[in-house]
Amino acid sequence: MPNQAGVALALDSITVTFSARGAGGRTYTAVGDTTLKIATGEFVSIVGPTGCGKSTLLNVAAGLLEPSSGSVRVLGAPLAGLNRDAGYMFQADALLPWLSARANVELGLKYRGVAAAEVHERAQQWLGRIGLAAHGERYPHQLSGGMKKRVALAQMLILDPKILLMDEPFSALDIQTRQLMENELLELWSADRKSVVFITHDLEEAIALSDRVVVLSAGPATRPIGEFVIDLPRPRDVNEIRLTPRFVELHTQIWHAMKDEVLKGYAQTQRADAEHA
Amino acid sequence: MAASRKREMRVTRGRLALYHTLLLGAVFVVWHLMTNPLLVSAEFAQNTAFFFGKPLVVLERVWDWFASGKIYEHLLVTLAETLLAFGFGTALGLGVGLWLALSPTASALADPYIKAMNAMPRVILAPIFAVWFGLGILSKVALGITLVFFIVFFNVYQGVREVSPVVLNNARMLGAGAGQLLRTVYVPSAMSWVFSSLHTSVGMAFVGAVVGEYLGAARGVGYLILQAEGAFDINTVFAGIVVLTAFALALDAAVSVLENRLLVWRPAQGETEPL
Repeated sequence: MPNQAGVALALDSITVTFSARGAGGRTYTAVGDTTLKIATGEFVSIVGPTGCGKSTLLNVAAGLLEPSSGSVRVLGAPLAGLNRDAGYMFQADALLPWLSARANVELGLKYRGVAAAEVHERAQQWLGRIGLAAHGERYPHQLSGGMKKRVALAQMLILDPKILLMDEPFSALDIQTRQLMENELLELWSADRKSVVFITHDLEEAIALSDRVVVLSAGPATRPIGEFVIDLPRPRDVNEIRLTPRFVELHTQIWHAMKDEVLKGYAQTQRADAEHA
Repeated sequence: MAASRKREMRVTRGRLALYHTLLLGAVFVVWHLMTNPLLVSAEFAQNTAFFFGKPLVVLERVWDWFASGKIYEHLLVTLAETLLAFGFGTALGLGVGLWLALSPTASALADPYIKAMNAMPRVILAPIFAVWFGLGILSKVALGITLVFFIVFFNVYQGVREVSPVVLNNARMLGAGAGQLLRTVYVPSAMSWVFSSLHTSVGMAFVGAVVGEYLGAARGVGYLILQAEGAFDINTVFAGIVVLTAFALALDAAVSVLENRLLVWRPAQGETEPL
């Protein structure tokens, strides 16, 4: 692997504070003083209780959201505006519904002004790689949940970004489809080892996929409270690896660190629900 | 939803068409019987014939128009007015809608005026347009545009506002510039709203054309009706109405065809089929 020691993405003392609308100067700090480094070619998962600000952190890394304080460096250079070296896979359906699967895959290349013939060829390759070569003319609403995710994956990867930002991309899928997608992701990733930041609330998914798992505290002002190196051998099969003793060991260890935060997060949502009711 | 769907399904398509025809036939039969001294008194028949016309004479008039070819010139004028008003109104609504939706300052500035102009009964502008643009085709097109514009404008405005932020961010992350965002995200989203209002806006363009003709013209179906009315020729008035109605239905059908062509990407109810 080239430049294994290089840092692809560095978040330095990031804080994100939102001002609550119309609430007399009340503010909400989503992310509090987070420092995170992703090495070149590293697959890092970020886990944390629901609603703790994981997505906010990812949006900062993508340049979609400007941090209130702190700095982001991408491949050594400070980030200004959108992160052009990153591909982003969203939790919700983000395909353009008025474009066919093929046109969705082609979109990024077209934005970049790549010649039509090359766009077509590369899109055909990617459609083949995700097993949708015969369904390129279908519109997103005619595709199943798993197929939509695969198109979204191809849409992102066709641009060959150096960094992948993935925000709970498979959380809406049923468990079987999800494991299939996880394996597919690992296979695609192992081909050229991009740097990945993978957000999830599913600890098993995080361990099965990653080189490193970062645990975030419950919100508000979420920050990393633990880091675990996952030394499971690759290539992995996400179904099989869950049964190995080392996996169980890591799971117990990380879950132990997470438990208090999950309970805290749960108590907060309970309280919020009670206030709303 | 499912329950009402099931209830609809009890009548098959062919049968429904038959019932539609029978209902229409029944209306004509009743109309005919009421205006003929067969079942009712001669005096009553004469009165109803004066107010409602006689269906056979009405149909004969329609037949005459088409057989002699006299109607085509007028239909063509009305059609041209409708299409021009629809085209320009839509283009204008699309342009202004996109502009105001993407520029909060302009939108805030224009808001009360847009509201006022929309609230105004715009048919009243017809005489003014007649003064400005004469009695030809232009004044009708202008009236149609004022009717179509607002429908399209509000739909475009809504369409742009309702663009999914996720889709928008996705396009931005894929590298879309401002112009590309407009072309690949905002306009398609707005167009889907415009198309869903297509039936209404074509109908409004038609209303503009006919009302304009009715208020002063030398050609057009509205003008034919006005002339017949002046001569108390109730049969011709009804013949004009029949032709206009059939014409409106044809326009509506054409819109449906266009809609299905252009909105293939939108899920129709119950069409989604996972592989």
